[in-house]
Amino acid sequence: MVKRYLPLAIFGLLVVFLAIGLTLNARLIPSPYIGKQAPAFEVPRLAQPERMISKADLKGQVSLLNVWATWCVSCRQEHDVLMRLAESDQVAIYGLNYKDERDKALRWLDRFGNPYTANAFDQEGQVGIDWGVYGTPETFVIDSTGVIRYKHTGPLTYEVVANEILPLVQRLRGGRTG
Amino acid sequence: MMGRAGWFALVTLALVMLSSPVSAAYETEFEDPVLRERYQGLLDELRCLVCQNQTIAESNAKLAEDLRERVREMLRKGKGDEAIIDYMVQRYGDFVRYRPPLKTSTVLLWTGPFLLLLIGGVTVWIAVRRRARGERGQGHLSADEREQARRLLGEDEQEGRT
Repeated sequence: MVKRYLPLAIFGLLVVFLAIGLTLNARLIPSPYIGKQAPAFEVPRLAQPERMISKADLKGQVSLLNVWATWCVSCRQEHDVLMRLAESDQVAIYGLNYKDERDKALRWLDRFGNPYTANAFDQEGQVGIDWGVYGTPETFVIDSTGVIRYKHTGPLTYEVVANEILPLVQRLRGGRTG
Repeated sequence: MMGRAGWFALVTLALVMLSSPVSAAYETEFEDPVLRERYQGLLDELRCLVCQNQTIAESNAKLAEDLRERVREMLRKGKGDEAIIDYMVQRYGDFVRYRPPLKTSTVLLWTGPFLLLLIGGVTVWIAVRRRARGERGQGHLSADEREQARRLLGEDEQEGRT
């Protein structure tokens, strides 16, 4: 009696597909940059407006580029994670201060701590567009040759750092020295 | 029957559904009608990444505003439509296009509705055929079966009375 169980089988299949659908997050759009050279940029630094920062500053080491702004509520949420990561001294964290005001951003770092090696000040949001940023915070992992290896959209959590980012950083480092 | 208020509500609803969403005010319109048309055409092709079911023409999100500005800038510089779409796809992926290209990863997206229609059609066709055959068969009870049916029904009736 195969026919009798056919509707049940179809229903089962539907349940499986819908269950998968529920676990997917439609907000996460895969970055077309994974595995590609990071887009070039050159903007003033946040703390030293007279000095520029560019993609060349990131090269030669595995680094993170964290896109943040003071108007971004979930950036505050992930800030402690970034601070902890910076204290562990495992990877250089660069910041892209996105469409923000300089004095507000500097005050934020004074108040909540500064986990960044350096910050690029992207007032117009041009670097953000070039990097395909669509929702702050976003965090990119860039290898020593300037290739984007990973992107996390949304606030970083201790789990993401421990399970995704740090293992990847270790792997990328190993590939460079070995 | 539906009262006058009911009809009024229905017609209003229909009108609301018919009207197309008014595009968010464009920051700077183009004087040149050709450019203006290209501009609007491009905006309707591009998805707002923040509020994903809107085009960047409809969206009020900050990012959509920035992307509109970028499109205007490129149009003013004389860039072609293709180049502008490519610029966006390079940064945000195929997702930014409201009409994604036909690729292996999007085959199901394009053919899915037709596949479902086909499956539905075949199902209905089989069901209709089976029913038609079944109805024809129902009238043909053998004499024994008729007798048995009458007995069963008759007994039921008597039991019901007592």
